[in-house]
Amino acid sequence: MEKHNHQIGIMTYIIVWLSLLAFTSITVTIAGISLGKYTLFIALLIAAIKSGLVINIFMHIKFDEPIFKAFLALSGATLVVIFVLTFFDIIYR
Amino acid sequence: MANGAIAITEKSFYKESTNKYSGILSWLLTTDHKRIGLMYLVSILFFFLVGVILGVLMRLELLTPGRTIMSAQTYNSLFTLHGVIMIFLFIIPGLPAIFGNFFLPIQIGARDVAFPRLNLLSYYIYVIGAILALISLFLPGGPIDTGWTFYIPYSVRTASNVSLAIFAAFVLGFSSILTGINFITTVHRLRAPGMTFFKMPLFVWATYATAWIQIIATPVVGITILLVIIERAFGVGIFDPALGGDPILYQHLFWIYSHPAVYIMILPAMGVVSEIIPTFTRRTIFGYKAIAFSSLAIAFIGYLVWAHHMFTSGMSDTARWIFSLLTFLVAIPSGVKVFNWVATMYKGSIDPQPPFLWVMTFIFLFSIGGLTGLVLGSLATDVHVHDTYFVVAHFHYVMFGGTGTIFFAALHYWFPKMFGRMYNKKLAKIAIVFYFIGFNMLYFTKFIMGYMGMPRRYYDYLPQFAKLQEISTIGSWILASTIFFIVGYLIHALFKGPKASSNPWGGVTLEWQIPSPPPMENFKEIPTITHEPYDFSQLKEIENEQS
Amino acid sequence: MSNHENAAMISHHTHSDKLGAKMGMWLFLFTEVLLFGGMFLAYAVYRYKYSNDFHLAAMELNTTIGTINTIILLTSSLTMALSIAFIQRSEKLFSILFLSSTILLALIFLINKYFEWSAKIEHGIFPRSQELLDRPNGQILFFGLYYVMTGLHALHVIIGIIILSFMLIFLIRNKITSENYIKLENSGLYWHLVDLIWIFLFPLFYLIQ
Repeated sequence: MEKHNHQIGIMTYIIVWLSLLAFTSITVTIAGISLGKYTLFIALLIAAIKSGLVINIFMHIKFDEPIFKAFLALSGATLVVIFVLTFFDIIYR
Repeated sequence: MANGAIAITEKSFYKESTNKYSGILSWLLTTDHKRIGLMYLVSILFFFLVGVILGVLMRLELLTPGRTIMSAQTYNSLFTLHGVIMIFLFIIPGLPAIFGNFFLPIQIGARDVAFPRLNLLSYYIYVIGAILALISLFLPGGPIDTGWTFYIPYSVRTASNVSLAIFAAFVLGFSSILTGINFITTVHRLRAPGMTFFKMPLFVWATYATAWIQIIATPVVGITILLVIIERAFGVGIFDPALGGDPILYQHLFWIYSHPAVYIMILPAMGVVSEIIPTFTRRTIFGYKAIAFSSLAIAFIGYLVWAHHMFTSGMSDTARWIFSLLTFLVAIPSGVKVFNWVATMYKGSIDPQPPFLWVMTFIFLFSIGGLTGLVLGSLATDVHVHDTYFVVAHFHYVMFGGTGTIFFAALHYWFPKMFGRMYNKKLAKIAIVFYFIGFNMLYFTKFIMGYMGMPRRYYDYLPQFAKLQEISTIGSWILASTIFFIVGYLIHALFKGPKASSNPWGGVTLEWQIPSPPPMENFKEIPTITHEPYDFSQLKEIENEQS
Repeated sequence: MSNHENAAMISHHTHSDKLGAKMGMWLFLFTEVLLFGGMFLAYAVYRYKYSNDFHLAAMELNTTIGTINTIILLTSSLTMALSIAFIQRSEKLFSILFLSSTILLALIFLINKYFEWSAKIEHGIFPRSQELLDRPNGQILFFGLYYVMTGLHALHVIIGIIILSFMLIFLIRNKITSENYIKLENSGLYWHLVDLIWIFLFPLFYLIQ
C-alpha cells in the first residue's frame, strides 16, 4: 500500500519535462544533419529514451507493482516478434 | 476444503437480483457474472443455430452439380456469412464468454469478476456487433461476399456491404478485448485466500491464457479492419496494389490476429477437457503443471506461426520455411496435453457419463484435426492441398470437432450446476452417437475430396465428386438434426428435468461445493483453499458437508 | 453473523480495488499500443520498400508545426502529472488548474493539426486527389499513412479531451479527492499514452530528411 501511494516530487516532474524538451530539440537538430543510414536509428533511439522517461516517471511504472513491468515487457516482446517475423518475408521477397 | 459450510436453503441467483429491478430488467441490467454468462449462452446459441442452418443450406446447394437451390452469388454470400457468424459470433466468444463468465469467478473463489459493469458492457457490445452484422445483410449492395478473411484487393473493390460487416467484426473484437481485460484482472486480484496460481483449476489457467491472446492479438486485426474500411471509404492508399499497397501485408496483419484467434477458440476447450477428465476418472490430473504451462506455451507459440496460412500467397521462401518450422513447435504443447489427459485416465475409475463421452469424441475428432494439421503445416504438402476441401475438413475437425464438441461437453457437464436440473442422460448418449456419425460423414469426405483436388468455396464441381458430395450433404442432415435434438432435450430438461443435487458428478473444484444453481454471490463466506485442485481425497468431506 | 455477512456484501459492492482498476487500465493501454503497432508495421514495410519516395514526400511536411505540437503534447503530459500530484497533496485548486491547462493544450494541439491538414488539402494533397494520384506509389502510401496515423492519433486526443473534461467535472464536484483519485490517475495514464504515440509519430513523419 505504501508503494502504491508513492508520491513523486513536483521538481522531478519538471526535470523530466525539461529533459523531454531537450531530447526533442536534439532530435530535430540531428534530423537536419545528414547521417545517412544512422538518421533513422538515432531518431528511434531518442524516441525510445523519451518514451522510457514518460513510462517510468509520468506513468509511474517505476514505482508500481512489478507485475505491470512484466505486462509491459510482454506487449513489447509481442511487437518485436511481429516486426521481426514479418520482415523475414519483406526483406527476402 | 471450503471452510464456509454450505446452506442449501440459500436463494439461487435466479431468485435474487443484483439491481433494484425485477423481471426482464433484472436480467438486462444485471452485473452478476452468472446472469451475464447465461445471456451470452442464449445469444451465442441463437447465432450458432443460424450458422448451422446456413451451413445446411450450403451443403444442400452442393447436393447436385450446378444450380440446386440458389445462385452462385447467393452461395458466395452464404459461405462468407457462415464463416463470419460461426467464427466471430460463436466460436471466439463461445466458451470464454459463457462458461468463463459463469465459472471462472466461482472456480477461484470470487463473488464476481473484477469489473462487473464492464462485463455487462462487453455483452452489449457483442449484441451491437451482432446486430450490425445482421443489418449488413439487408442493406443495398447485398451481403458481404469476400469470404470471412476479407482479402485485399477484392474486399476494397466489391460493391457488397463489406464496410459494415467488417465494422461489426471490429465491434465484436472490442467486446472480446474487454472480456480479456476483465478475466486477467479477476485472476490476478480476486483469487480466494490460499488459491495460489498452482491451485487454480486448469479451466482457469486456460481461460487466463486465452484472455492474454484476446488482448494482445485482437487490436492488430482491429486496426487492419479499420484500415480496410478507411481505404474503402476515402480511397486512401494502404493495401490496394493499384496505389502501391501490398496485399500480402494485409494477409500478414490479418493472420497475426486470426491465427492466435484459433487458440482463443481451442484453449478454453482444452481447459474444459482438463476439468471433465479428472471428475469422471476420480483421479487427480496427471501433470498439472505441464498442462498449465502448455496453455501458456500454446498461447505464446501460437503467436509465431501465423504465416502458415500464406504459403501460396507469394511471400518469400525464407519466411515460408521459417513459419513452417515454427508451426511444428505447436505440436509439442498440444501433445503434452493429450498425453497427460490419456495418462490421467490410466487406472482411473472411469464413469462414462455424457460429459465424459463428449470428451472422448473430442479427443478422437481433435486428433484427426491436429494430425492433418501437420500435412498443412509442412510447406511441401501444403502447396498441393492449399485452398482445397482438405483445409476445410481440417479446420472443421479442429474447430467444430474440437471447440464445438467441447461446447456440448461443457454444456452437459455444467448444465445441472447452471440450471439446477438434470437432463435425460440416455438421450444424451444417443445424441453423441449420431453426432459422431453425422460429423464424420460430413467432414471426412471433404478430406478425400480435397486430396482429389476439389477447391474450397466453389459453387459447382466435376461429376467425379458427386458421390462424396452426396454423402457429405446427408451427413450434414444427420449432424444438424442431432444438434437441434440436443437443444430440444436440454430445453425440455430446463423445465421438466429432475432437480439436480449440488454435486451430481462428484467433482471437487469449487463450483461443486456450492448449491445448484449457485446463490447470488456464489459463496456465503469466501472459502480458504488448502487442497490441490483435483484432490479427490476431499470428496467424502465435500459430500458430508452437503448432506 | 448475519450482520457481519451483510457488511461483507455491501463492502463488496462499493469497495473499489484500486490496484485492480489500474491493472485493467494498463491492459487496455497495451491493446492501444498493439493497435498502433499494426500501423507502425505497415509504415515500416512501406518505408523499407519505398524509402526514396518517403523521403521526398516527408520534405513537404511542416517540421515547425510538428515540433510545436510535440512541445505542446509533452507539456500537457507534465500538467497532467502535476494535476495528479496536487490532488495527492489535497491541493484541489492547483489540481483543477493543471487539469484545465492539459485540456487547453490538447485543444491547441488539435487547432494546429487542423491548420496543418488544411494546408495540405489546399495544395491538393489528399486521398483520391488527382495531384496525389499523379505521384509515384510510395508517395501515395506515405500520405495515406500520414493521414490515417495522425488522424487516428488526433481521434485519441479528442477522446482524451472528453475524458479529461469529465474528470474536471468530477474534480470540481469532489467526486475525485485526495483519498480516491484512481479515475484521474487512469485518465492520466491514457493521456500519457497519447503523448507516447506522438513521440514516435513525430520523428517518423516529420523528421525524415
